Amino acid sequence: MSQTQLVEQLKGGLDAPICLTWELTYACNLECVHCLSSSGRRDPRELTTDEAKAVLDELHDLQVFYINMGGGEPMIRRDFFELLEYSIGRGIGVKFSTNGAFIDAEKAKRLTAMDYLDIQISLDGTDAVTNDAVRGEGSYNTAIQAMNHLRDAGFGEFKISVVVTRYNVDQLDEFKALADEYGAQLRITRLRPSGRGADSWHDLHPTQAQQRQIYDWLVLNGENVLTGDSFFHLNALGEQPLPGLNMCGAGRVVCLIDPIGDVYACPFVIHDEFKAGSVRDAGGFSNVWKQSDLFRELREPQSAGACSACGEFDACQGGCMAAKFFTGLPLDGPDPECVKGHGEAALLAASSVQIPKPMMDHSKPSRVPVTIGRR
Amino acid sequence: MTASLLDQRLTLHPQVALRPEPFGALAYHYGNRKLVFLKHPDVVRLVQALDGTGTTAEKLSECEIDAARWPSFERALANLHASEMLQ
Repeated sequence: MSQTQLVEQLKGGLDAPICLTWELTYACNLECVHCLSSSGRRDPRELTTDEAKAVLDELHDLQVFYINMGGGEPMIRRDFFELLEYSIGRGIGVKFSTNGAFIDAEKAKRLTAMDYLDIQISLDGTDAVTNDAVRGEGSYNTAIQAMNHLRDAGFGEFKISVVVTRYNVDQLDEFKALADEYGAQLRITRLRPSGRGADSWHDLHPTQAQQRQIYDWLVLNGENVLTGDSFFHLNALGEQPLPGLNMCGAGRVVCLIDPIGDVYACPFVIHDEFKAGSVRDAGGFSNVWKQSDLFRELREPQSAGACSACGEFDACQGGCMAAKFFTGLPLDGPDPECVKGHGEAALLAASSVQIPKPMMDHSKPSRVPVTIGRR
Repeated sequence: MTASLLDQRLTLHPQVALRPEPFGALAYHYGNRKLVFLKHPDVVRLVQALDGTGTTAEKLSECEIDAARWPSFERALANLHASEMLQ
């Protein structure tokens, strides 16, 4: 079976996800401007420890090999280590994403002692000014400190995860050097207009020239850099396809479980339109994965729509569903960042369209700045 | 030069798990975190039969795989061997 045939099979859906993201909590100590899940405050309906363990039992039965835990900041959950240990004990490896605020020397040792665990530290700039503009004041130092603790504890190859923006795209080589310095692996992903990203995307997303820069950089460095397959829309730029399956896995090989147990097609579409059900429903997660109308629909052959007229559709697959949805574009048309320039025209045409708002906003209420003492 | 995989007595690495799928199976190595697609049910059958008791060629015969198909099986096994899934 060729790669193309395999991709066709995968588009038809698997018996269980390959890549499942589980946001453990909406609580977060940071308020990143591009947060996919609009996190900040804990949701009182959050899954309990027992409910979470029952989901892990189910994932074990489905032979899900590993999961990605995130948030919010997953380490905020009091039962974080309990769930981590339970998952690994059930044969489900864990990779968790963190801003590093809760990784001190002692926690770093504890994490180092665990098998089948990967840690992903989020960092969006190789200097504090670039990083903190997106992730908040002090967050650069926090991340570096966590990386130091992991290195000192001998954790080995952790991951540094970067969302590529207009302002850090020139730092790709520096990110790679930083990762190498720590014996870490670099992961770069695409900025999506999801969650709070809906508000910041227009200012942060890479320019057309920068997209070419990302593509060229990945062609040179891609084999040693993780991308979560997130840049497949760039494949229309050249002959050489980027490493990866070059397909949207939403609802087919990928899905998201949010902190209250709702199941979405992917981590970038927390919106009722892409909600397949809940792990709290009768039949649990398996039933949602196998039977939900939404996932069944996504596994049907998809129409290329307006993109069928473009010779590059096979290369870019029309891009990212979430990017289209949250910029008000039709799902069967070009990606807002279409490298052939069709996105700009589509965005213009959609400028009078009501843009869907993220539906699960857990952002902290905006604070009125107070001045304490004399300045 | 290493001997042909057909002459070796291979076994599935103990840290590798197979998950059946409509197209064949997914193989996941818990040690090196690699994921490989076994793209045909016959490849899955063969891999499951590899227990170190006989050479790959003997196992191919046991699984009644037509000799004309052996080269493609050898390629599939080479991929698994490179990922340290077979040892």
